[in-house]
Amino acid sequence: MHPAPSVIIFTTLSGLGFGLLFFLSLGLPDVSGWVAFVFFAIAYALSVGGLMASTFHLGHPERAWKAFTQWKTSWLSREGWCAVIALIVMGLYAIGVIFLGQRWSLLGWIGALFSLLTVFTTSMIYTQLKTIPRWNMNLTPAMFLSFSLAGGALLAGQVRVALPLLLIAALVQILYWKKGDKALEESGTNLGTATGLGDRGTVRAFEPPHTGTNYLLREFVHVVGRKHAEKLRIISFMLAFVLPVILLLLPFGHFFALLAVASHLAGVATSRWLFFAQAEHVVGLYYGKR
Amino acid sequence: MTQLPTSTDRKMGLVIDLDTCVGCHACVISCKGWNTENYGAPLSDQDAYGANPSGTFLNRVHSYEVQPAEGHAQLIHFPKSCLHCEDAPCVTVCPTGASYKRVEDGIVLVNESDCIGCGLCAWSCPYGARELDQAEGVMKKCTLCVDRIYNENLPEVDRVPSCVRTCPAGARHFGDLGDADSDVSKLVAERGGMDLMPEMGTKPVNKYLPPRPKDNVEDQIDILAPLLAPVAEEPKGFLSWLDKTLEKL
Repeated sequence: MHPAPSVIIFTTLSGLGFGLLFFLSLGLPDVSGWVAFVFFAIAYALSVGGLMASTFHLGHPERAWKAFTQWKTSWLSREGWCAVIALIVMGLYAIGVIFLGQRWSLLGWIGALFSLLTVFTTSMIYTQLKTIPRWNMNLTPAMFLSFSLAGGALLAGQVRVALPLLLIAALVQILYWKKGDKALEESGTNLGTATGLGDRGTVRAFEPPHTGTNYLLREFVHVVGRKHAEKLRIISFMLAFVLPVILLLLPFGHFFALLAVASHLAGVATSRWLFFAQAEHVVGLYYGKR
Repeated sequence: MTQLPTSTDRKMGLVIDLDTCVGCHACVISCKGWNTENYGAPLSDQDAYGANPSGTFLNRVHSYEVQPAEGHAQLIHFPKSCLHCEDAPCVTVCPTGASYKRVEDGIVLVNESDCIGCGLCAWSCPYGARELDQAEGVMKKCTLCVDRIYNENLPEVDRVPSCVRTCPAGARHFGDLGDADSDVSKLVAERGGMDLMPEMGTKPVNKYLPPRPKDNVEDQIDILAPLLAPVAEEPKGFLSWLDKTLEKL
């Protein structure tokens, strides 16, 4: 898949933002007034900023509101609803915490639920696609949720929660890569089933439909970036998990915490880049590519 | 709504004969010609006369080589367009309801004024049947020439999809695949029509007729070899002298 910056920014920042909102809604950290304002401002900047970025790749962003209509069937539509509900509920909750010194815990619980549901529905947009075997597995929502929770805990300064969550997310990441590398092969889809000619012999793409490129190849066949995938995996893993864990184990300070957050963000963004760049869409098979 | 209908009155679709397709791409051109100036937004091209031309097409013809375990490889031309699936994933993923499957004939269409161009339907299609038009920012796909097949302003012979009307090899057939007695259904039954990527669970309406087995070329040569022996004899006279002289040089 083409690793479009808009979707990488969207899933990375929103995941982190809704993760932070989750912890804020549970009163972690237990802050009020200006400190709470700063925490909520960061959470909203990340989650709303990410959602805005996701509209950049639309052909007609001015019609984006129509995406709220098909929640019965479409995960993208459900994601829109969950995000709006989470942001409104948490906005009300934030007013209580910041200005009134009140913690409306019922609102908090609802906000927490919808924050996680937003991340889950985002992940389901990708997970539902049978056409991309590497995404079409249970580990995809597990990865999105574990990343969001680990990043949220890190941003919320919850060191004791963040450490185990980072380790869980790291484990999920490794499993996702391991299983994902075999996903296309195990899906059973190949040029033989794609053309229906597989039982007659070995099928080879002899001639593409045209000499130039097209939308399908630009969108679904991204080969260039895969060359350094192994190196990028190591870089992403070190930045997202290893370095933040080391920094958290050091005596806590704002500088180290900031460094841990920055490192985690860069690592998750790299992992998300790989998530798209390494995903093989089966339509590539028709072009003799993957 | 982007909920799929539980059943459709008819299942209009194409039957593509991989045995007779000659790979001339006439269907590609006629499709683009008809659809760029009729239903919906035009099918735009980018850098059409430059170094990197690219454009929106609803139908494309691939060519594949099949090498059996024994014998000669076979070249198969392979036209591919929307298969108007019964369980079309492109319809259910659509967040706006722009993508829909018609109850009356099963045709999958895009309401372009509702399309936000998110591209998710193209992601969900295993066949590459949908392309986001780069000029209009909306999703384009085969309409089964919905503006031809019911069009009473056209002579009856033209009330078929443009690709079917154009195909010089008769490799494309159009009809109701939900009716077991229709010509296309009989053709599919007779020739063992197949689905593409059945494991995707999309239940395509369009069917492909597999190529017929090829004769064994080697056996034929054995039979005809005596008749094909070279008839040229040794040259005589001046030519013989010339031949020998030139050999010596």
